[in-house]
This record gives sequence, structure tokens and C-alpha cells, in this order.
Amino acid sequence: MAEAPMAELSNPESPKTGPSRTEPFATGPLVRLRDASVGFSGRTLWEGLDLDLAPGEFLAVLGPNGAGKSTFLKVLLGLNRLTSGTAEIAGAPVRRGSSRVGYIPQQQTMPEETPLRARDMVALGLDGHRFGIRLHPRRLRRRVDELLEAVGATAYADMPVGLLSGGEQQRLRAAQALASNPAVLLCDEPLHSLDLNHQQAVTELIRRQAVERGSAVVFVTHEINPVIEHVDRVLYFARGQYRIGTTAEVMRSEVLSELYGSSVDVIEHKGRLLVMSTLDESCHYHPEELALP
Amino acid sequence: MMETLTSSFTTEGYWELFSLVRNSVITAGVLGLMGGLIGVFIMLRRTALVVHGIAEISFAGAALALLIGVDVVAGSAMGAVAASLLIGVLSLKDRDTSAVTGVLMPFGLGLGILFLSLYQGRSANKFGLLTGQIVGVDDIQTQTLVTGAVVISIALLLIWRPLMFASVDPQLARARGVRVNLLSMVFMVLLGVAVAMSVQVVGALLVLALLVVPAAAALKVTVRPYLAVLLSMLFALISSVGGIMLAITGTVPISPYITTISFLIYVVCVLIGRGGRTRRREAAAALTA
Repeated sequence: MAEAPMAELSNPESPKTGPSRTEPFATGPLVRLRDASVGFSGRTLWEGLDLDLAPGEFLAVLGPNGAGKSTFLKVLLGLNRLTSGTAEIAGAPVRRGSSRVGYIPQQQTMPEETPLRARDMVALGLDGHRFGIRLHPRRLRRRVDELLEAVGATAYADMPVGLLSGGEQQRLRAAQALASNPAVLLCDEPLHSLDLNHQQAVTELIRRQAVERGSAVVFVTHEINPVIEHVDRVLYFARGQYRIGTTAEVMRSEVLSELYGSSVDVIEHKGRLLVMSTLDESCHYHPEELALP
Repeated sequence: MMETLTSSFTTEGYWELFSLVRNSVITAGVLGLMGGLIGVFIMLRRTALVVHGIAEISFAGAALALLIGVDVVAGSAMGAVAASLLIGVLSLKDRDTSAVTGVLMPFGLGLGILFLSLYQGRSANKFGLLTGQIVGVDDIQTQTLVTGAVVISIALLLIWRPLMFASVDPQLARARGVRVNLLSMVFMVLLGVAVAMSVQVVGALLVLALLVVPAAAALKVTVRPYLAVLLSMLFALISSVGGIMLAITGTVPISPYITTISFLIYVVCVLIGRGGRTRRREAAAALTA
């Protein structure tokens, strides 16, 4: 595990910044999929996916429930196998538990009596996968303090996680994910059910990891608008197919209508996108299936 | 009834009696410490009911051992491990251990009753299985139980971090490379053996008092993981050793003493915890405001 201090995340001008951190992942694409297909018990979720993600690139993954967004993340995490094709992270085949990959899972509330403080949860993200007893508790504590500071969670470092709000918990998850300075940051609906303030704060943490440290970001979401100004490309899954391109290329009425096989309107309003199905009796895809806000 | 109870309070020749049950006190103390340790994970993984299920099915194993004439302790251990493995495998997919336990428990109990009814021996043996028989432990049993408890405790300390990670945050733990399912099975086996050993102290019916109540009490008063474990072990130790030391003065069996002490500790912790919880919640609210 990288022991690089994280404090400069909040202070980019830190003189400690070494060469490994200014240009961490310079060579080649950080995510590389070639002719990748995935399916379960005979049913193909998606197939023939080619994708290269450059350092610092922000990819939004959209689509209705069950179209394969989460499976896409699981493939990159090494938890789901491709039925064909290859998937690589930073030049090496995907591997489960790789420290090159950071993961922010969907927010799920911790039970109130969970015997963990905020700092214990971040510590688990750092070394929770290791067996045996902790050998350097002081060093770990310093590192956890740095991470808590970097995500602005110092104020509640000693609070029980079960009493923190969803947004506060999500900051801790960001701290866990950023701990290893990952080459690829995978986010599964990280803003789900957060209020606007926390949405912005968590988005900012993710964006900084991409812009300042060159991580590629894969951001699975139902709702593109909260991150729309950061998105470089969109990967849209539906009905076993996908479209990939810039936001302007994919988020168009013609493209989504073709993808869904029914009439879909994309309306732009003050830089925000509204996706709606035409309310037609013959329409099979109703707005909620289109994953509207 | 009253005579039975008042006879509990004779103190004449107490220490002579105590030296007779020295083995039991050591065994109960060590098992209590182990119970307090594993109890924290039982609470975290919400498997309190599983403990009860394993205990009752271990009773079936013991009854079978009695019937076919092999060692009862070994029989109960086999029953417990078999039960915990079965529950573990059947609940891997949806983690709904209580439903699986609810299905297996009556079957196990039924088998136990069947084996006991087929057994022709002394009825006292039947009772010991349900309510504990620690006063009778000899040196060899003491050694076996203490060794077992130490081995389980060490194993738990070694898998501590990944098990904690997998228990509170399975999704992230899996992504970080923790073998969540494998750990789950390892934990179930450890739990099975721990239950089988605790059954020796308090019996199948009351095993929750050693494995669950102390941890539940500790979690009421602290959210620090290490403190929770230390308190839980301390509470279990007080309950088990205190229970025996009170019980030897009279004719009432050990189990009610142990269960009462652990319950009282729990009540006190709930009362203490309420104040602390309100304070913490206010502090949390102040942060978000």
C-alpha cells in the first residue's frame, strides 16, 4: 500500500509533493477494455465494449436499472468475470483487491450501534484487508488523521459512524477510496440520497483526485446533472447495447431514442439535461425506467 | 421453594467448597473471556439467534453421543460445528441467518428429543445437557476447554481486521480483496466450537448469556472497537466466575446465577448508555447544524 501522505490533497502546493505524485500514472490508458462482454446464465448484459480511459478522465456511466452499470464496475473491481474480451487497469489485468483501484460504494446507512468511530472506519479502508494485529498503530493514526483532514471530516473523527449523516459517511468512504492514491477511482452512485451541500463536497473530492492527481474516474449514476460540468465522456447502457462519447454526442434525443428503441426527448435547460420519454401509450419505457431525477 | 433459596446463602466452609470447584472456576473464566471476545462479532453480524440455534442443535449431537455411547462433549461439539457450517452455507447468498436458523433449529431439537427418548440411562445426564454441568469438570476436561478457548481467541485476533471489515462493510471489503464468504465460514466454525464449549458451562438453553449478553451490554456503553471487546470480556468473566462462586453456596444450579448477573450488567449498561447516546446524538446534530 502506498504510504504517500494525503495532506496535499487539501494543499496542492505542499512542498512534500514528490515526482511520483505529480506524474503518477503517465503511461498509457488507465482503464482498457477490449471487446468486453458480460452476461449471466445465458443472458448477455452488454457485449463488444471497447474503452480507453486516459489519466484524469471523468467517465459518467448511465442507464436504467439492470442494464449493467454495476456489473461494469464489478468487472473493473475484478469481482465479475468477462464472458469474453479483456479488461486492464493501469496496464495489468484487473485483479480483485488491487491498490491501484479506489472504490466508493453506494451509500448505505450504518446501524446506530456499530462500534466504530469515523477514524476506525477510515482505518479499515486502509488496512482492513490484512490479517494479524496492527504493527504500527501510531503511523496508521497519523495517516488516518491526514485522510480525515483531506476530506474535511476532522470535526467528527471520534463520532460513532452510526450517528453520522449519509453525507458525512460518504466523505469517510471517499477517504477510504483515496487512501491508496488509486490510478482508477470507481464510484457507484456516490451522491445517492445526499443533500446538495454534501453532493458538491463529495463531487469536489472526486474531481480533485482526477484533476490534481491524474486518476481516471468511473462514475456510475442515475443523474448526470450534479457532475455534468466535470464529465468528459458518457457511457450509456440500455437494452444490451451501449453508446459512448462526449456528453453532447450521447445525451441527444436521437441517440437515446435509438438506444431505448422508443421515443426519448433530451431537453437542455440552463446547462442541465432533462431526459424524458414521450408519453405515448405504446411506449415501453416510462420515465422512472429512464432513471429520471 | 423458599428453603431452596435461603439455603443459597450459607457461607459456612465456603473456601473449602470453592477449592472443590477450582477447575470449574478456571474453565468458566476462560470460556467467559472467549465468549466476550467472539460476542462482539456475533452482535456485529447480527447472529445472536444463530448462537441459540447452534446450541440447541449441539444438544442433539450430545444426545446422539449419549445414545450411541461415545463422549458427550465431543458429540455436542460435532453437532455444533455441523450446525454452524450448515447455517453458514445456507445463508451465504442472502446473509439471512435468522431465517435459516429458524428452519434448522426445530429439526435439530426434534432429533435431540428423539435421541434422548431412545436413551435408557440415567435421567440426570439428560438434564445436564440443557442446563450446564460445569461443577463436574475434571482436570483433563479443564485442560481441553481452556486450550480450545485460547485457540479460538487467538484465531479471532488473527482474523480480527478482515472479519470486522467484512462484518460492517461487506461491499467494500469484497472490493478490497477480502474473502468475505470464506471468512464468514471460518467465523461460523469458530462460533460452532465456541458454542459447543460454552454449552458445557451454562447448557444449551442459556448459552446466549455468555456469548451474546456481555457483548450486547458493552456495545450499549461504547463505540470504540477495542474498548467494546475489553468490556465485553470483562462482563462475561464477571458473570461466569461470579455465577459459580455464588452458586456453590446453595443447591440452586449455576445457570440462573450466570444469566441473572449478565442480565443485570446489561440493564446497568442500557441505563448508562442512554445518557451517553443522547449526548453523542446532540454532538452529532451540532456538527451538521
